[in-house]
Amino acid sequence: MPDPSPHDGDPQAEVAPHPVSAIRSFLLTRGNSALADRGFHWLMVLCALSIFGIVVLIAAELVLRSRLAWGQFGLDFFYKAYIDTYTGLPMYWDPVNAHFSALPFLYGTIVSSFLALLLAVPLAIGVAVFLTEMCPGALRGPLAFITELLAAIPSVIYGMWAVFVLVPLLREHVNPWFIKLLGWTGFFADDNPTGLGFVSAGIILAIMILPIISSLTREVMTAVPHSQREAVLALGATRWEMIRTGVLRNARIGIVGAIILGLGRALGETMAVAMVIGNSPEIHRSLLANGSTMSSVIANEFAEASSDLHLSALMELGMALFIVTIIVNAFARLLIWAVTRGTPSSAH
Amino acid sequence: MGVGIEVTTLNAWYGTNHTLQDINLNIPANHATALIGPSGCGKSTFVRCLNRMHETNPVARVTGTVRIGDLDIYADAKPVEIRRRVGMVFQRPNPFPTMSIYDNVAAGLKLNGYSNRHALDEIVEKSLKNSALWDEVKDDLKKKSGASLSGGQQQRLCIARALAVDPEVLLMDEPASALDPVSTAKIEDLIFQLKSQYTIVIVTHNMQQAARVAEKTGFFLNGRMVEFDFTQKIFTNPTDKRTEDYITGRFG
Amino acid sequence: MRNEHTLRAKIRTLADYAATGIAVFSTVLVVAPLVAIFIYLVYKGAVSLNWDFFTKVPKPVGEAGGGMANAIAGSAILLGLGSLIGIPIGIGGGVFLAEFGRGTRLANAVRFTADVLNGVPSIVMGIAIYSLVVVPQGHFSAFSGGVVLGVMMIPTVCRTTEEMLLMVPNSVREAALALGVPNWRSVVAITVRTASPGIITGCMLAFARVAGETAPLIFTAFGNGDWSARLNEPIAALPLQIYVYALSPYDEWHRLAWAGALVLIILIVLAVSLVRYVTSRGVLKGAS
Repeated sequence: MPDPSPHDGDPQAEVAPHPVSAIRSFLLTRGNSALADRGFHWLMVLCALSIFGIVVLIAAELVLRSRLAWGQFGLDFFYKAYIDTYTGLPMYWDPVNAHFSALPFLYGTIVSSFLALLLAVPLAIGVAVFLTEMCPGALRGPLAFITELLAAIPSVIYGMWAVFVLVPLLREHVNPWFIKLLGWTGFFADDNPTGLGFVSAGIILAIMILPIISSLTREVMTAVPHSQREAVLALGATRWEMIRTGVLRNARIGIVGAIILGLGRALGETMAVAMVIGNSPEIHRSLLANGSTMSSVIANEFAEASSDLHLSALMELGMALFIVTIIVNAFARLLIWAVTRGTPSSAH
Repeated sequence: MGVGIEVTTLNAWYGTNHTLQDINLNIPANHATALIGPSGCGKSTFVRCLNRMHETNPVARVTGTVRIGDLDIYADAKPVEIRRRVGMVFQRPNPFPTMSIYDNVAAGLKLNGYSNRHALDEIVEKSLKNSALWDEVKDDLKKKSGASLSGGQQQRLCIARALAVDPEVLLMDEPASALDPVSTAKIEDLIFQLKSQYTIVIVTHNMQQAARVAEKTGFFLNGRMVEFDFTQKIFTNPTDKRTEDYITGRFG
Repeated sequence: MRNEHTLRAKIRTLADYAATGIAVFSTVLVVAPLVAIFIYLVYKGAVSLNWDFFTKVPKPVGEAGGGMANAIAGSAILLGLGSLIGIPIGIGGGVFLAEFGRGTRLANAVRFTADVLNGVPSIVMGIAIYSLVVVPQGHFSAFSGGVVLGVMMIPTVCRTTEEMLLMVPNSVREAALALGVPNWRSVVAITVRTASPGIITGCMLAFARVAGETAPLIFTAFGNGDWSARLNEPIAALPLQIYVYALSPYDEWHRLAWAGALVLIILIVLAVSLVRYVTSRGVLKGAS
C-alpha cells in the first residue's frame, strides 16, 4: 500500500533528513537508570522490613533479659504465693527475699482494665451514636475534634490531674458512698484513706480509652450502608429503633473490635495508672484498695531494681505484657478489618 | 521529524485476557493515523504497547515486534528510553497538580537531568506555542499551577509537556473525549498543525474526528485489526463488512 | 386492642427520647473531663508561666524559682533525634506499601504488623531499648531516648504516608512514566511531592504523639536536673520532669509541674489542631 507522501506533486522529491535536535541527543545520553531504580526499590523494601525488625528486636531483647527469671521460677512466676515468715500472710513480690510472683500485677491489670471498660464502653457507644446519628451537622465537627483531643492528651497530664483533682474528689465525696451503700458486698472496704486505688485508676483509664473506642465505633457505624437505615425506617421504626436494628446490629462485630482495641490500650497504659493506683504488690478484694498493674510496677521499680533477678523479673513482666497486647491488638484489628473491609486509619 | 512505526505479529495479554491478537500494520511517518473501534476492542491497549506503558501493569504480557524507526523497542531498548522518544497524551488531562505551568512543561526535561535554564525557557515557550496555549498563559507561567486551568487548557498543557521532549512519535489516547466541543476543535486544529513535524497516532471513538485529522485509519474489533487503509476509503468504501457495519452505526 | 397499640407506641416513643437523652448525656460526660482538665491546667499553670520558666533550670529542693528550660530543650533534642530516625524510615515504609508492594502479601503483613506495633505499650518499648542500647552503653543517654521515640514514630508515619500516597491518582503516575522519567524519580519528585502536605501532616501526628510520652524515657533518657546537650548523657524531657515533680512532696516542684503540663498540652493541642486544619482543607488540592 503506497504511503501518502508530503510531496504528492513531486515524486522525485525526498524528505530531507532532519538533524537530530539538541534535546533528543541529550535525552539519548540519559541511560536507563536501572541501577538507581533497583537501589531505590530495595531501600524502600528495607524500610518496610524494619517494621518486622522492630518487633523481632523487641521480642529478642525481652526474651534475653527475662531468661534469668524464667529459669528460676518457670511458670510459678505467674501464680505462686510465698508465705511471709513474719506475718504468715501470702507475699508475692518480694525483692528482699528474691521471691517474684506476678499474680498481684495480673490481678491489678485485669481489674483496672475491666473497670475501665465497664465505664468507658457505654459512654463511648453513647457518644458514637450521638455523633453519627443524632448530632446536628454544625456541631459534629467541633465535638469530634474534642474527642480527638482527648486521645492526644499525654498520659502524665491525665495522671497529674487525677492525683490532684480526681483522687481528692473521690476520697471526699464519692468513696464514702460506695462504702456506705455497697460495703456489704466486700468490694468496697473502708481501709484505704488515701483515695488511690482501683476505682481511681479505673476512672482515669476509662477517660483515656474512651476516645479510641468511640472513634472506631463511629467508623464502623458510618460504614453501615444507608440502605440499611432506610429499610428499617421504611418499616415505621423510631429513630432509636433504626439505630438499634439498622446500624448497631450490623456494626456489632466492629464495635466488639473497637472495645477490644480499647482493652489493648488499657492493658498497656502506664503513667496515669502508676500515679493513682497506690502501687501495692498485694491482692485485695476491695476495689478501693491500693494495687499495681504490670505496667505500673515496671515504671516504678525498673530504674532502681535491686538485683539482676529483680530486673529480669520485671523484664519477664514486660514480655508478658508484650505478648498479651500483641494478641489483643491483632485480634481487634482483624475484627475491625473484617467489618470495614479495608485497613482502618492508623491515627489510633 | 517523525519516524514510521512497523508492527509485526503483536499480541498482548492482561493476565489471561488475550487483548490483542496478531496485529500487523505500518504507521506512516509524519502523518496522523487514527485508530477506531468499539469500546474494549483493544485500541488503547495497542497504543500503550507502542510506548511500553502496557507493561506497567504487573499482569501484562507482550509478544511480537514493534519497530519505531529502525529500533526494535522491545528487544533493543529499555522502557524508559522508549518513552523519551514516544510521547503520550491521555484521555483525561493529567498535569502535575503541585507544579506550575512552566514546571509542568519542563518536567520531562528537568526530571531527566536537564538544567540549562536559559534553554528551558525557550523550550517551554516553543512547546506552549506549538500547543496553542502560549497566549493564554504567558503571563502566569510560574504563578499558576497546572491544575488551575480549564479542562481544554489542561489538555493542551499536557500536549505541550509531551512536545517539550521533542519526541519522534506522539500517541494520543482519545485526547478530546473528556473535553467540550470548543476545546475539541482546538485540539483537532493542533493535531493538524503538528502532524507535519511528528508521527501522530490518535485513538478515537469519534469517526468524524478521524475523518477530519487522519490520513490513514485502522479499524479494531475484538482485539484484531480488521482493516487499515486511507481514511477516505475506510469511510466511503470499506473492504470488510464489519468495518462497514461499524461505520454505518450498526454497532459500537 | 386499640389501647394496647397506643400504649406500645407510647413506650416506643419514650424509648426513643430516652435513648437520645442518654446519648447526649454521654457526650456531655465525655466532653466535661477535657474541659475540666484544660481549665484546671490553665488555672494552676498559667500563673507560673514566666520568663524564668522558659529560661532557667530547676533550683535545688527548697529554693523558690527556677524553671524547666532544660526539660523543654531536652524534649526538643529527643524529638529531633527521634524524628531523624523515625520519619525517613517511616516514609520509606509507606512508599514501599503504596508504590512497590501494593496488593502483595508482604505489604499486607507489613501493614498489619505496623498497626499491631502501634498498640505495644510504650513502656515495653522503653525496656526493650534499655536492653538494646543502654545496657551495652553502660549508661542512660539522650541517644537511647531518641532511638525509642524514633522507633515509636515509625509505624504511625509509615501508615499515614501510605494512606496519603494512595490518594494520589494513578493518572499522575502515568503522566510521569510516559515522559520517560525513571521510576524512582517519578516516585520521589512527582508522587511523594504531590502527597507531601498529607505526609507532613502524618509526621506531625506521630510527632505530637511521642512528644507526650513519659514511660519509655524513664529508663533511656532518664532525666537530668541540669542542662545537657550531649547525646551520651542523660537528658531531661518535659513529660518526664512533670512526672517526677508531680509525684514529689515539694510544693515548689508541683508549681513547676503544672506550668510544664500547661505548656505541653498547649503544644499538643496546637499540633493536633494544625493537623485537623490541613486535612480538612483538602490535603491534595487540585490533584483530582
